Amino acid sequence: MNAHPIMSCKQLSRHFGGLVAVKDVSLMLERGTIHSVIGTNGAGKSTLINLLSGELKPSSGQINLLGQDASNWSQARRARAGLGRSYQRNTIYPEFSVLENCRLSAQAHAQRAWAIWIHAQRDSHTLDTARRVARLVGLDSVLDRPAGFLSHGQKRQLEIAMCLAISPQILLLDEPLAGMGAEESERMLGLLIALKREHAILLVEHDMDAVFKISDLITVMVNGSVIASGPPEEVRNNPLVRTAYLGEHA
Amino acid sequence: MDFAIFLIQCLNALQYGLLLFLIASGLTLIFGIMGVINLAHGSFYMIGAYMSYALAPVVASSFGGGFFSTLLVGIVASVILGYLLEWAFFSFLYEREHLQQVLMTYGLILVFEELRSILLGDDVHSVEIPKFLDISIPLNAVLTYPLYRLFMSGICLVLAIGMWLVFKRTRLGMMIRAGTSNREMVQSLGIDISLLYRTVFAVGVALAAFAGMISAPVSSVYPGMGSSVLIICFVVVVIGGIGSIRGAMLASLLVGLVDTFGKLLLPQISGMLVYVLMAFILLWRPSGLFKD
Amino acid sequence: MRYLSSSTLSLVLFFTALALWPWVSSSYGIDLVSKIMIYALLAISLEMLVGGAGLVCFGQAAFFGIGAYAAVLLSPADSTPAPLVFLLLKSIFCAGVFALLVGALCLRTSGVYFIMVTLAFAQMAYFIVHDTPIGGGTDGIFLYVKPSLGWIDLDKPMHLYAAIWVSLLAGYLILHQLSVSPFGRALAGIRVNEQRMKASGFSTYPYKLSAFTVSGMIAGWAGYLFAVKDGFVNPELLSWHLSGAVLVMIILGGIGRLGGALVGAFAFAFLQELFQSEPLFAGFAKHWQLSLGLSVIACVAFMPQGLIALPSQFAKRLRGRMAAQTPSSTGKSQI
Repeated sequence: MNAHPIMSCKQLSRHFGGLVAVKDVSLMLERGTIHSVIGTNGAGKSTLINLLSGELKPSSGQINLLGQDASNWSQARRARAGLGRSYQRNTIYPEFSVLENCRLSAQAHAQRAWAIWIHAQRDSHTLDTARRVARLVGLDSVLDRPAGFLSHGQKRQLEIAMCLAISPQILLLDEPLAGMGAEESERMLGLLIALKREHAILLVEHDMDAVFKISDLITVMVNGSVIASGPPEEVRNNPLVRTAYLGEHA
Repeated sequence: MDFAIFLIQCLNALQYGLLLFLIASGLTLIFGIMGVINLAHGSFYMIGAYMSYALAPVVASSFGGGFFSTLLVGIVASVILGYLLEWAFFSFLYEREHLQQVLMTYGLILVFEELRSILLGDDVHSVEIPKFLDISIPLNAVLTYPLYRLFMSGICLVLAIGMWLVFKRTRLGMMIRAGTSNREMVQSLGIDISLLYRTVFAVGVALAAFAGMISAPVSSVYPGMGSSVLIICFVVVVIGGIGSIRGAMLASLLVGLVDTFGKLLLPQISGMLVYVLMAFILLWRPSGLFKD
Repeated sequence: MRYLSSSTLSLVLFFTALALWPWVSSSYGIDLVSKIMIYALLAISLEMLVGGAGLVCFGQAAFFGIGAYAAVLLSPADSTPAPLVFLLLKSIFCAGVFALLVGALCLRTSGVYFIMVTLAFAQMAYFIVHDTPIGGGTDGIFLYVKPSLGWIDLDKPMHLYAAIWVSLLAGYLILHQLSVSPFGRALAGIRVNEQRMKASGFSTYPYKLSAFTVSGMIAGWAGYLFAVKDGFVNPELLSWHLSGAVLVMIILGGIGRLGGALVGAFAFAFLQELFQSEPLFAGFAKHWQLSLGLSVIACVAFMPQGLIALPSQFAKRLRGRMAAQTPSSTGKSQI
């Protein structure tokens, strides 16, 4: 593991008027690890991901991305720097084909907007990347299908593929297993484990079995604050966590 | 500037602003609650004005009624018109994309304008101020102010207060406020959403038509009146924030001030000033002064 | 691939027919089609914004009018004809600058706000031209001498027709190439899912602003041609009724394809001529806007994908229910 985390946040807070959604959260993401964030509904997980991705500005605190202070960077800028994000609700281009979904995402990495003489959909630069990521997530048999016609599980796979198409170093994954059956979940977990080698992964998930199975680090949030953070076994045995959260599952 | 002149301009600005508020509030409500952008809203204002012109002789000869009777008949007619329009046409627009709404209501403007042209012609008409309101109130030795304009401001203010009371104090108002923020929730509470929408729409139409009716004696009745008021209302809604009644009030008064004093101080570019105001607000607050 | 060549074929036929038209038509017909081609150029400029980037602009007439007024105001005051190309570039420049400034402000908003502010700013331009001395007021301004270049003299109807034909073809090819380029695909992505575009790393504002400016420039090009053709400009060129008419054209033809805008411009012109024809409509001919309004409503209600989609919809129905409906709402392009 690297000594320096690729991404970290320090004392990150966000409030909406009187409501404090995220309070003094600090965490680190390192290459080769899966760091999961768990908590009940309303614990602030979505807000945290939105703060890290750049969709929300923090009320206070700092975000560090690849050694630079990225607290004020826009989402697009963070993405260009290597931050990939998948959404809990499918955020794909339903009317485009699977291939085009991946290709357009790949184009973000090498935009060349001024090159108006290029026929984008025949451009090998982006096409090669698109085919590669589609194959990686297992969608290479449906490249020509309009993305809106995919099954739910396939759409979740496409979410990940589009994330990977921008050649990120960090992946922020918001409930990638949401709505998936057992077999699809297994496949997705296998994919995540394969991906963690080259990336730093932040995973927000509700599926506890999955989380404890694949995570290297787990952070538990309650009411916007972190109540525990550490390797899975430590968290599992933490009395605070058991009362606040795992109590129902113990 | 003489104080009396300043006072006159302030009163004019207030009157124009309050009138705009009546029209713009309907527009912003219809968008805030039903999600429909209605280009034909200005036409309701025009319809109101033409109604006061066309109905006055009818009302006078049928039962000897005067100005207020005409107003009453007009209000009833516009509420009925609103109900029918919503049922026959606008209810189909709720689920559609904005572009389709824009185009269908644009087609509606053309239809309204031509129907008016067929039924009542293209001439400019004047409507008489009722005798008992046709008084000039002296402000100083030389200048006076027409009572009728004060009456207009007064009525608009009363309606605005009434609207505020309905929103804050009645069940209907609560449903409307809830509907603005969460449509599905209101429906799942068992409230008849179609009736709610129809009522809101009819009220919006009636407000705009009423504004046209009371404004007719002052602004006269002419073919293009709907279009010019529509665009100013759009400016008001953009400045005030879509769906916000508070915003519509503040923005209407702001526009009233800028327009009235602009005509006085910078007559060459007075037509543009409102848009310059809008440009500045957009730079500072792209969603308008008050968010929904 | 077969799909591609059938639309290329249609295009070739379309432009060839237009090129041959002057030989089979009267001078009225040439004048009419000249006018329609100018509106077609205006329509494709708007289609790029609406169908391409998903930006519903209700102020396209402003760029058109500014291009037209620039052509007249920047022509020499004496009776020397202006240099054709330079004047065109100046018109395009003026329209483009206005589009850039207005776009910079309007694109800070989105959705319904955007529609309203584009309308409002176009109205502001209308007022500038209508009320201030720049515009010459309601009477408008005359262009006394039409521009020329060497032996090309736009005062001659045939030369003008050719210039307009070339402009329409050039405009179409430029916009088509833009739409298949990385820039165009980015615009399409912004239209379909702007959130995902940002999450991928596209800064969407510069793309939208560029599209808005290019659209304005091409609309200005159409305005230049209009001024040169009629020799006269008046404030109604910036009226929102024209902005509305252009929107009607593109939805009539079919949003999402440039060819749709071409079809729509011709269909709209046809409808106007039809509704104004006295033999058919007698007294109603003078109230042709009523028929037009009803047609617009009917078209949007029952034919939201436009005329250009009719052949394929018909073919689809013949083949049976193969692919059902597209996953997104109607009126958007498919790839």
